[in-house]
Amino acid sequence: MSPLVEIRNLSKVYTRGRQRIEVLHHVDLDIPQGDFLALMGPSGSGKTTLLNLIGGLDSPTEGTLCVAGRRIDQLGQSELARWRASNVGFVFQFYNLLPMLSASRNVELPLLLTKLPAAKRRSHAAVALELVGLADRATHKPGELSGGQQQRVAIARAIVSDPTLLVCDEPTGDLDRQSAVEVLTLLQRLNRDHGKTVVMVTHDPKAAEYASHTLHLDKGTLVEAARAADAAAS
Amino acid sequence: MKYLHLVWSALFRRKTRTVFTIISVIAAFLLFGLLDSVRDAFVGAAHSAAGASRMITTSKESFVISLPTSLLMRIQAVPGVSAVTYANWFGGYYQQPKNQLIAESVANNFFDLYPEMKLSPGELHAFHATRAGAVAGASLARRFGWKVGDKIPIQATIFPQKGGSNTWTFDLVGIYHVTDPQLKGEEGALFFNWDYFDQAAAFGGGTAGWYIERVANPKLADGVARAIDAISANSDHETKTESEDAFQTSFASQFANIGLLVGSIMGCVFFTLILLTGNTMAQAVRERIPELAILKTIGFSNRSVLSLVLAESVLLLALGGAIGLAIAGVAVGGIRAKLGPQIPMLPVGKQTWLLGVTLMVLIGLLVGALPARRGMRLRIVDALSGR
Repeated sequence: MSPLVEIRNLSKVYTRGRQRIEVLHHVDLDIPQGDFLALMGPSGSGKTTLLNLIGGLDSPTEGTLCVAGRRIDQLGQSELARWRASNVGFVFQFYNLLPMLSASRNVELPLLLTKLPAAKRRSHAAVALELVGLADRATHKPGELSGGQQQRVAIARAIVSDPTLLVCDEPTGDLDRQSAVEVLTLLQRLNRDHGKTVVMVTHDPKAAEYASHTLHLDKGTLVEAARAADAAAS
Repeated sequence: MKYLHLVWSALFRRKTRTVFTIISVIAAFLLFGLLDSVRDAFVGAAHSAAGASRMITTSKESFVISLPTSLLMRIQAVPGVSAVTYANWFGGYYQQPKNQLIAESVANNFFDLYPEMKLSPGELHAFHATRAGAVAGASLARRFGWKVGDKIPIQATIFPQKGGSNTWTFDLVGIYHVTDPQLKGEEGALFFNWDYFDQAAAFGGGTAGWYIERVANPKLADGVARAIDAISANSDHETKTESEDAFQTSFASQFANIGLLVGSIMGCVFFTLILLTGNTMAQAVRERIPELAILKTIGFSNRSVLSLVLAESVLLLALGGAIGLAIAGVAVGGIRAKLGPQIPMLPVGKQTWLLGVTLMVLIGLLVGALPARRGMRLRIVDALSGR
C-alpha cells in the first residue's frame, strides 16, 4: 500500500533580502496512512516548515510532495485552499480560534466551505465537540474557556470536515501538563480509533511518546530516529 | 448569507470603535438625507406646471414687483382656469421684532383655493364681514395664545398706514386648521382682508403681489400657464406662471445655488467619512491578520477573504447609512410638518434611498479595498508566525 504522504528530495529556501536561507535540504519521507508521527528537533531545524509543506500552507522550492496520491506541490493557491479544506485539519500551539465566535461557530467554520445546510453544519459541529468532550461548552466563546478546552475546540474544528490528515504544530506547547495529557490522549484516540493520520511537531519528548514513532530534524535534514537514539545513548 | 455571522462578528469585534464609527456614518447619511431632500426640492423640481392643480402668477421681473388687479378678470377668462384669487405679502411682527410673521392680505375667495385650510362657515363669514378681520393658523394662534375675539396689534415693517402709524390692529375672527400632517406648516400664517389693506395702506394699494389659479385639468397646466403669461406679454408687467411647488422652489433659489452648496457640503462630509471609516477598516484588518490567516489555513480562498473584508466594510456603511437615512426621513417629515412650504423639502424618497444605498456600497468598497487586498495577499505562514 502506498503511503499517505510521499516526500521526495524536498527543499525549501527562504529569501530575506539578499540572504538565502535553506530551511529544508533534500528531505525524503514516507508517512503511512494511520500513522502518528512526531517531528522533533531544535529550533530552526525546519520541522514547522516541513509541517507547513505537508499541510499545504506553503510550497516547496524543490522536490515533490504527494498526499493521498495528489501532487500538492503543483497546486495553485486556490486549488491548494480547496485541497486543505477537504483533506487536512490543523492544530496550532496558540489554538487560533476566532475570539468573537462561540466554540460551536468556531468548529463550524470549515463546513462553511461545503454545501451542507445550516442544520447539518450545526449537527456536525455538535458531534465534533462531543467527540472532544466539550458538548456542554458549545455556546462559550474562547475567552470563557481554559487553554486545554480551547485546544480541544481547535481539534474539533480540525476534524469536523473529516480530513484524512491532522497536522499539529506544538499542540501542547502552551498547556499545563494535565491539559497536555488530555490533548495528546485525544490525538492518540483520533489516530487509533478514527484512523486519522497525525503529524505532530513538538519539542517535548513526553509528548512525542504518544506518537507511534518519532523523527528528528536537524539543520533541515531528517535524522533517523534510531541514529538519534544511538547518538543520545553515546 | 451563511457568512453573515462571520462578517457581523468581525465588525463588532471592537464594539466601542465600531459603534462610534457607525455613529459618524449615521451623522453623515442623516445630513445627506436632509440636504438631498432640500436639493431635490430645488434642483429636481420641474419648472413645468404640468400636473399641478394650483399655479402662481408673479411678475416676470421679480417677486417683489406687484401686479395690477386688473389682471384678475383677464386671468379668470383664460380657458382652463377654474378659479383665481390673489394675495399680497405684508410681513410684520407681533410685539417684538423677533416674532416675525408670515402675514398676507388676501382676496375674499382666497380660502376657496386653499381647501386644506379649514375654517368653519361662521368664521369664514365673519372674515368676509369684518373689515379689519383676520384669521390665524392654529399653530400661530397657539404660539401667541390668541383666541377668536382678540384684537391683534401687528407692527408693519413695509407698509405703514395712511396716517403714518406702523401698527395695524386686526380682529381675530377665526382660527384655521390644516389636517394633512405634511402641510401642517401652513398653520403658521396670518391672513387678513385685501380690501382693508388696499384702503388703509399708505402705498401698495390697487395691486396684487401674486395671483393664484386653480386649473380645471392639471394635465393641461403648461398650456394654461402660457396663456396666462401671454396676457401681459410685451407689457410693463409681464408675468411668470408656474406650479406652486416650482414657485416655492424658485423663490428659495434666489438665496443661493442650492445644488452646488449641497453638493459641496456632502462632498466634504463624505470625504471625511471615507478617511474615518477607512482608518477603522485598516485598523480592524490589521488586528485580525492572524484570524484571516486561520481562515485561509482551513481553506478559505484569497477571494473569499477579500469578499469577507469588503462585505464587512459595506455592512459598516450600510448599517450607519440606513439608520441615518431613516432618521432623515422622520426628520424631514417633522420639519415639513412644522415649517410647511416655507422651506422646500421633499420627503426622503426612493431616489434619495437609491443614491444613498449606492453611496454606501461605493464608499464601503472604496474604504475596504486596501484592507481587503492586504487580507487577500497575506501569506499564511508569515501571518501565523507574526511576521
